Amino acid sequence: MTILVIAEHDHQQLKAATLNTVAAAQKIGGDIHVLVAGSNCNAAAQEAATLSGVSAVKVADAAHYQSQTAENLTALVIAHAAGYSHILAPATTFGKNLMPRVAALLDVAQISEITGVESADTFVRPIYAGNALATVQSVDAVKVITVRTTAFDAVNRENAAKIESISPAADTAQTTLTNRELTKSERPELGAAKIIVSGGRGLGSGENYHKLLEPLADKLGAALGASRAAVDAGFVPNDYQVGQTGKIVAPQLYIAVGISGAIQHLAGMKESKVIVAINKDPDAPIFQVADYGLVADLFETIPALVAAI
Amino acid sequence: MLWLAGGCVFEKENPMKILVPVKRVVDYNVKVRVKADGTGVDLANVKMSMNPFDEIAIEEAVRLKEAGIATEVIAVSCGVAACQETLRTAMAIGADRGILVETDVDLQPLAVAKLLQALCAKEQPQIVICGKQAIDDDANQTGQMLAALQNWPQATFASKVVIANGKASVTREIDGGLETLEISLPAVVSTDLRLNEPRYATLPNIMKAKKKPLDTVKPADLGVDVTPRLTTLKVAEPAKRSAGIRVADVAELVNKLKNEAKVI
Ligand SMILES: Cc1cc2nc3c(=O)[nH]c(=O)nc-3n(C[C@H](O)[C@H](O)[C@H](O)COP(=O)(O)OP(=O)(O)OC[C@H]3O[C@@H](n4cnc5c(N)ncnc54)[C@H](O)[C@@H]3O)c2cc1C
Ligand SMILES: Nc1ncnc2c1ncn2[C@@H]1O[C@H](COP(=O)(O)O)[C@@H](O)[C@H]1O
Repeated sequence: MTILVIAEHDHQQLKAATLNTVAAAQKIGGDIHVLVAGSNCNAAAQEAATLSGVSAVKVADAAHYQSQTAENLTALVIAHAAGYSHILAPATTFGKNLMPRVAALLDVAQISEITGVESADTFVRPIYAGNALATVQSVDAVKVITVRTTAFDAVNRENAAKIESISPAADTAQTTLTNRELTKSERPELGAAKIIVSGGRGLGSGENYHKLLEPLADKLGAALGASRAAVDAGFVPNDYQVGQTGKIVAPQLYIAVGISGAIQHLAGMKESKVIVAINKDPDAPIFQVADYGLVADLFETIPALVAAI
Repeated sequence: MLWLAGGCVFEKENPMKILVPVKRVVDYNVKVRVKADGTGVDLANVKMSMNPFDEIAIEEAVRLKEAGIATEVIAVSCGVAACQETLRTAMAIGADRGILVETDVDLQPLAVAKLLQALCAKEQPQIVICGKQAIDDDANQTGQMLAALQNWPQATFASKVVIANGKASVTREIDGGLETLEISLPAVVSTDLRLNEPRYATLPNIMKAKKKPLDTVKPADLGVDVTPRLTTLKVAEPAKRSAGIRVADVAELVNKLKNEAKVI
């Protein structure tokens, strides 16, 4: 049994999600290869070789992998898929965009966002915004899987796997990336943060969001997150959204400020180790998942909290 | 957001159909319960609605038609007979007609993608706009699978779509921020939440929708094998969080976080 893990990277560095995906592959068992497809991506390939459990890194280096389009990556994965029993990628927007395309061309099901491995063909995955956990068994010859990164602890980096180049597939030229605006931040990434301070509609405006939550996040070394309502209202960019259809997070500490706790929001954060809710409505559903609930006005509470930490 | 560009001459000469797959799912406000025997979730007497992302997809398609870019909007739903209601909702928002692919088989994304592939062969749409994810299976697969089967480009998680000169320029919500792709048509686009705000279906439009054409076909008519590839062995409730406590003030909160939870 050999497993292929598709690395997510920016050509220089691996995204942390790749390390969790290799961990899921280890749970399945067998040889693990990592595919690094990129443009001048030697640094990312070198890093992949350090991941524990990996026996080989396959590198396809070509200019048309620069923008990481699903069309080009699919063609590459399909060309090299023979011999693999499982193909895994993180359940990030990268993996979600790519893997169903791969699965369809292999004529197999894709198993989305697994949170557990029962055996080589049986996996656990959340459905209905995490209100139920399904154990599913695949009858397909190849299992194409995306991995919920918060469910698997990252592997460490104490390895020196061999690196081999593989031939790139032809450029499909179906898609052209014309612009990419990545949110710049000095803060930790939401997916990898130990502490997250998250704000909702209760903050009232983007100005309030930044004025109140940034000092708190600074003090705690935290990442910033948000509810959908806060993103829709333009307080913060889309990539701050935590939830069923945003990012799934599971930090040590999640502080929800002015967030009501809709099912879709809870789906993204209820696996956090400790949850704090600050909300002026004592009946807000967020309190049902909070370890520590404080019924109070956030405009007074947050500055006081910053001062007290 | 919808931006218009390009003349209508092109569109008049090349009728542009848009196909929109709409799924009937548990309403997003319902908190589902796992059945005691662990075979699934309890859907008896539960409110069903159109998948919210698919409402956004229909809205986008209808706006493209209203803008003179698209010529026809066809809604497709695959599943039980009751999906007719979902199609009527789509037509009340503004879809011109509906196609029900009727089956009692529990459809998985690959099967739906193959059904849509067969309908694409028949209808020759220039764009398929689907939802990014169905809120019941949370699969996030069908659009990408259809694009692969058709060998079409895809632009998933769209928050802005501009159609001009036979191409689509699509802004996508990605983990780090936003990116814009230019794709040739035909193509598949999947919707994210901020693409638009779907209109409410007005009573007159609901009445009108009842008279719009709705065809029913069976998977076998389309030559598609919809046998599931994944077997659900069991469905369980996730571990419940043990009830927390209310703290009286900031001082108590900080004390608990430092000394009890030890997380700061
Ligand atoms: C298909 C679909 C997908 C969705 N996906 C997501 C998702 O991924 N993530 C997500 O978050 N949502 C998602 N939603 C939206 C979700 O249903 C809720 O609408 C949203 O989470 C509400 O955000 P909120 O809690 O910030 O706003 P609200 O529900 O309006 O809550 C605001 C809260 O702030 C409190 N408040 C107000 N003023 C103060 C004050 N001065 N001090 C203290 N508290 C105050 C109020 O008591 C209230 O509880 C989705 C919805 C749909 C239909
Ligand atoms: N049974 C279905 N009938 C019609 N459209 C569907 C069906 N299943 C999925 N879709 C479409 O595919 C999208 C993604 O669904 P999924 O891949 O199941 O998360 C949905 O938002 C719909 O647009």
